Amino acid sequence: MVQLTLPKNSKIKQGKVWPKPEGATNLREMRIYRWSPDDDENPRVDTYYVDMDDCGPMVLDAMIWIKNKVDPTLTFRRSCREGICGSCAMNIDGANTLACTKGMDEIKNAVKIYPLPHMPVVKDLVPDLSIPYAQLSSIEPWLQTETPEPATEWRQSHEDRTKLDGLYECILCFCCQTSCPSYWWNGERYLGPAVLLQAYRWLIDSRDEATGERLDNLEDPFRLYRCHTIMNCTQTCPKGLNPAKAIAEIKQMMVERRV
Amino acid sequence: MADMRTPLNRVRGLGSTRDGTEHFWRQRLTAVSNLPLILFFIGFVVAYSGAPYDEVRSALSNPIVTLLIAFALLSVLYHMRIGMQVVIEDYVHEEGWKIALILLNTFFPVVVGAIALFALLRIAFGG
Repeated sequence: MVQLTLPKNSKIKQGKVWPKPEGATNLREMRIYRWSPDDDENPRVDTYYVDMDDCGPMVLDAMIWIKNKVDPTLTFRRSCREGICGSCAMNIDGANTLACTKGMDEIKNAVKIYPLPHMPVVKDLVPDLSIPYAQLSSIEPWLQTETPEPATEWRQSHEDRTKLDGLYECILCFCCQTSCPSYWWNGERYLGPAVLLQAYRWLIDSRDEATGERLDNLEDPFRLYRCHTIMNCTQTCPKGLNPAKAIAEIKQMMVERRV
Repeated sequence: MADMRTPLNRVRGLGSTRDGTEHFWRQRLTAVSNLPLILFFIGFVVAYSGAPYDEVRSALSNPIVTLLIAFALLSVLYHMRIGMQVVIEDYVHEEGWKIALILLNTFFPVVVGAIALFALLRIAFGG
C-alpha cells in the first residue's frame, strides 16, 4: 500500500537554532531541512537568521550567505544562479521551485526549505534523481531519423518550429515531476510530467521520424495513463511551462491513431 | 535489501504494454453516456417519489423507461469498474492484494448489475 506516514527513522525533529548575526537589524528567519547519511540521526529542521542587509535578494543568496558565514556543512546543489541550470530545485515555502529565482520578499514569515518531495535524500537538500534521469533516457530524447542526413540541416517550417515553444524551455529541474502525487505513488512505473513533456517535445517535432515508435513506448497504463490531470506540475513549474497540457496532447495522439 | 539493478533497468521494468488507450477512451465514453442517463434516472426518481407502489411499478414497465434505466445501470457500473481499477492500481502495490481487489472489483458490478437487471426485467414483463 501507499505509505501515508513517514517511517520512524525519517520523522523530522526540531533541530538546532543557530545564533543571530551580531549587530544585524534586518533579519530573516530560515528553517532548513537537514539530514546526513554519516550518522544515525533522524532528519531535523535547523533555524538560521540571515542578515538581509548583507545578502542578495533571492532564497539562494540567503542560503549561500548561511553556508559562507554561519554553517559550512549546509549542503545543496546550485550552479548558474539565474534559473537556467535547474540545480537548485527544492521545496520552498511549500512549493517546488528554484531557489535562485524565488525572491525572499515573495515569502511571508519564516522561509521553510525542504528537499524535492518523495525522492531519496543524499544529504540535506540534495535529492537522488537517478530514477527521473533514467526515465528521461528511456524516452530517447534526441532526433531520430532514417532518411539519409541532408548535406546542410534538417529543415523545418516556421509553423512547425512554433510547436516546440513552451516545450524546449524545460530545464529538467524536476520541480513538476516531484510535485505530482501520481508520481509519488508510482514513481518507477509512471514517467512523470517532466519526462512526458520531453517525450511530447520529440513527438511533435516535425523533423523526427520515430513518432510511432515513441507512442508505442509510451502507450501503457502506468507510463502515460497514471496522469490524472491533478495539475500540480503546471502550477509549480518555475519556468511557467504546462506539462499537463503536453500530457493531454500525447493522450490525444494516442486516441487519434486508433479512432 | 540492496537493489543492485541499474536505474534504467528499474525504469524500463517489464516494458510497455502498448495498451491503456482503450481503457482511457472507454472511461470518457461512459462519462459522456452517464450524463444524460443519470439525469433521466434522477428525474424519474424525483417525479415518482411518494407515488403509490402500483403507479411506480407500471411506470417502470414502460419499455422506454426500462431500457433507459437498464442503459444507465450498465453505463454507470462499467464506468465505476474501470474507474475503481485505476484507483486500486494507484494505491495498492502489493501484487497479491492488487489482483484480489481487481477480481473483486470485477465481480461486484457484475453481481449488482445482474440483480438490478433481473429486477427490472421482472417488473417489465410482469411476474
